[in-house]
Amino acid sequence: MIKNLKPHTKQNIITFLGLAVVWIVVTVLRSQGALGRSTLGLLVPICCYVVMAISLNLTVGIMGELSLGHAGFMGIGAFTGIVVSQSLMRVTSSVPLRLLAAMLVGALFAGIFGFLIGIPVLRLRGDYLAIVTLAFGEIIKELITCLLVGVDENGLHMIFNYKGLKNVEDLNLSEAGQVIIKGAQGATGTQTIATFNAGMLLIFVTLFIILHTIYSRTGRAIMAIRDNRIAAESVGIDITKHKMIAFVMSAAMAGSAGALYGLNYSNLVAAKFDFNTSILVLVFVVLGGLGNMRGSIIAAVLLYVLPEALRGMHDYRMLIYAVILIVVMLTTNSPAAKNFFGRFRFGKKGGAEE
Amino acid sequence: MAELLKVEDINVYYGAIHAIKGVSFHVDEGEIVTLIGANGAGKSTTLHTVSGLLHSKTGSITFEGRNISGVPAHKLVEHGLAHVPEGRRIFLQMTVEENLEMGAFTQPKANTGESMERVFEQFPRLKERRRQIAGTLSGGEQQMLAMGRALMSKPRLLMLDEPSMGLAPILVEQIFDIIRSLHKAGTTILLVEQNAQMALSVADRAYVLETGKITLSGTGEELARSDEVKKAYLGG
Repeated sequence: MIKNLKPHTKQNIITFLGLAVVWIVVTVLRSQGALGRSTLGLLVPICCYVVMAISLNLTVGIMGELSLGHAGFMGIGAFTGIVVSQSLMRVTSSVPLRLLAAMLVGALFAGIFGFLIGIPVLRLRGDYLAIVTLAFGEIIKELITCLLVGVDENGLHMIFNYKGLKNVEDLNLSEAGQVIIKGAQGATGTQTIATFNAGMLLIFVTLFIILHTIYSRTGRAIMAIRDNRIAAESVGIDITKHKMIAFVMSAAMAGSAGALYGLNYSNLVAAKFDFNTSILVLVFVVLGGLGNMRGSIIAAVLLYVLPEALRGMHDYRMLIYAVILIVVMLTTNSPAAKNFFGRFRFGKKGGAEE
Repeated sequence: MAELLKVEDINVYYGAIHAIKGVSFHVDEGEIVTLIGANGAGKSTTLHTVSGLLHSKTGSITFEGRNISGVPAHKLVEHGLAHVPEGRRIFLQMTVEENLEMGAFTQPKANTGESMERVFEQFPRLKERRRQIAGTLSGGEQQMLAMGRALMSKPRLLMLDEPSMGLAPILVEQIFDIIRSLHKAGTTILLVEQNAQMALSVADRAYVLETGKITLSGTGEELARSDEVKKAYLGG
């Protein structure tokens, strides 16, 4: 029966199976106490960055436009998620429910911002689009830095402190109130409810949505626009609509990853979601292979773990990281290496295309 | 014969440049009409305006009695207007079949197979290469694919922009044979060409464009015999 499946379906099943195996292995190792504290601490961020990578791959690999502001959407998701989770503490004690709500609302807000930003940005192409997304990413970060948010029994209190003259006192919280976001100090005192299982679940859901989209009519249209814009228009594809679909989906998924990320740390500042983070995720996507979701996942895991594993090298850490990146790029691009690695691609013979 | 496309007094600008100056023409059902002219005369601009990629400041474009000026390009395909853009714009990474499937993007999925068989009848070469990646096709085959893809949307009017461009003479002959056979099968065609000789040999009627204006019009034969056309475009 498996033989009758389309090649891409087979590949996708392998990806999902691989993820499931990793999930099980990590769960078993954890229950045996085989993982150290520092490794455990990496699990949730890795899941978040995997989702970031596959969602950015939708924009960069499938839609073919370079977006340099992906961390901005992650930031929106993170702080929305924190506010949702902290506010819901008064309503429900169920952690999974709060986590789910945080990720959904985080995705919603990031999606809305993705749409608003997409209106001007998607009129551009190539370098211009990249520069403008970079700018929007930075703008989002700065705007979050101006936010003061607190919650008490009367609901949410929010100040947009763009002049920097106000402080938490101006939120007028009651005795029982709690400050959630303190401007440049970021979110403090967040209850860390993010879990590895939630992270794996998020990866499964986002990966399923993305793969399903890619092989749908919409996905074909998006890739057709990437391959040849004029031809796509001439066969009746609405370019703006399809680019917007991809961009908003990508932003929303980054938002949910951000929400999970935000709920993994008791303290989080908006400065975390800067240009460097966007580039970090872009490196995962480029090294994993444009349009290759499985590659993005593997690259995100390895390249996130690598600097951590190199911590022992102190000052040479980033130097070695850079050298490894260059070596990977050079070797995976050589025909001999491609042939060599091609043998390890399951379900295909010798790496040769049909 | 019923009038399918009517273009009246269109004026198109690229910034400050007045590229099309009050052009009017019409295409009747079942005809091949060609616009000929030198480089930069405004042939492609005219075609782009009809297909909604550019917009005219004045005048009107009517297709099957409906005003289509201002309708976005992708919507026109649903109205039955197919545009084969200049320079063989195909999806290079997709197979021949997938390219054709993209051509049926606006059509119900159930009809795709039948439309594809029709296209394969016109273009047996494409059938032979149905599973080949489009980027590996020869120039002539790519042009056939671009035309076949446009036919997948079952157009009432097929607009061809410079189908002979960059092709060897023998392939140009082939492409024009295909245009003739499409015409015989009842397809209405608006053809834009620099190769005036070939274009006039297949056209029922023709218009000559010069620096954004129509300077001559008539049947294909009339224009092929006209001294002005001979001197300017046919080399003697």
